[in-house]
Amino acid sequence: MKYCLIFSLTLLISGCGLLPSGTSFKQAATAQTTTLQTTTTQKNSHQLYHSIGGDEGIERITDAFIKQIARDPDILPYFAKSSVSHFKQGFISHLCATVKGPCEYKGDSMIDIHTGMNINEKDFNRTVELLIAAMEEVGVSYRDQNKILKALAPLRSEIIHY
Amino acid sequence: MKMHVIKLLLLLPMLLAANMSVAGGKLLATPGVAQVEGSGGGGLVPWAQLAGYATEDEIALSTFCSQANVKDFQLNSCGGQVNFYDRLELSFAKQTFNVEPLSLTLSQNIMGAKVRIYGDLVYSSWPQLSAGIQHKSLASKEVPYSLGAARASGTDAYLAASKLHLGLLAGYNVLWNLTTRYSDANEMGLLGFGGPNSTPSLHTEGSVAILLNKHLAVGSEYRQKPDNLGLNESDWQDVFIAWFPNKYINITAAYLDLGAIAKVPDQTGWYLSISGSYSL
Repeated sequence: MKYCLIFSLTLLISGCGLLPSGTSFKQAATAQTTTLQTTTTQKNSHQLYHSIGGDEGIERITDAFIKQIARDPDILPYFAKSSVSHFKQGFISHLCATVKGPCEYKGDSMIDIHTGMNINEKDFNRTVELLIAAMEEVGVSYRDQNKILKALAPLRSEIIHY
Repeated sequence: MKMHVIKLLLLLPMLLAANMSVAGGKLLATPGVAQVEGSGGGGLVPWAQLAGYATEDEIALSTFCSQANVKDFQLNSCGGQVNFYDRLELSFAKQTFNVEPLSLTLSQNIMGAKVRIYGDLVYSSWPQLSAGIQHKSLASKEVPYSLGAARASGTDAYLAASKLHLGLLAGYNVLWNLTTRYSDANEMGLLGFGGPNSTPSLHTEGSVAILLNKHLAVGSEYRQKPDNLGLNESDWQDVFIAWFPNKYINITAAYLDLGAIAKVPDQTGWYLSISGSYSL
């Protein structure tokens, strides 16, 4: 709980500091971001969380993912009405929880988020490819990429065709 | 004017690339390669995956040419597949088989159809399941009949299950496929179908592969075969390496151990296959 609070605070700061809250995905494509320095200490966390660089690594993946989305003409429209900082915050805490980091995802359920988007298999897979490209870009090892995808894969049924 | 043409030429590949990045929703390497009888699969075994990268609302067109060179025989197989909406695969292959000791060439055509019954190789909790048929007709009938084959054409039916496990082995993705085939084909049909006292029977075929990175897979296959003609027909096996530089090209190489063919023993050698795919 305590970690979560600290983590949410750092996220809030990061959300404001790195990309202005009004930033759209399109603007994010060219935005320069700086790496957030976190001092949060983590104990008893999962190895994967540390292996991908902890909070900083997760933020780097998320920033790279946002830029990949912003550059993709097929996927970007799904984010037309999204705010980058809101997405970033949610994705960071979700990914952090997925890799068993010291945080808890308290955002909306995957079904709620994707309802009405009518995402098909092609666009889902394309987005997975963008995430892979983002992880490659920031130097996540192939084996860690697979572990992350494995942890995320069960969510597919809560994302497509809603 | 000239400048415009140059600009247009420069722009064209970019447009194509932008357009092409859209089509073919599946993840790289996951459809597997072209099977020697034309179906999507491994080299020897038809897999549950359908050829090409098409997803539920796409069509994929694929084409391939493969060559197997073992001690006394050579097989060429070329053909293609159409994948409709990741549901139905129609395939065709033309095989020519050179029997070097006899300076003889046998050939057959294979029409295939495969339906995905359930699942997604990567994402469903249970393996992807498909059923297919391969209808084969020999162009050269004299040799099979002289060896005792009952027919010069036949139809194999198979059921295939396959699954890719993300990060299963120390973070590497592992793929397996298990196929059971109902067939009485002799040497895949090249020596005809059936024999003096034979009925079609079930045969097991299996493949396992590990993805070393997103472009490179290594693996092994095994295929049980009947022995209707009493020629000590052997089961087949291989170890392969498959390279997927992108979603349009695949190159696969394998070391083959085909055992005895028509009583000629120790038929080991090499296999090379190249295939191309495009999704709309």
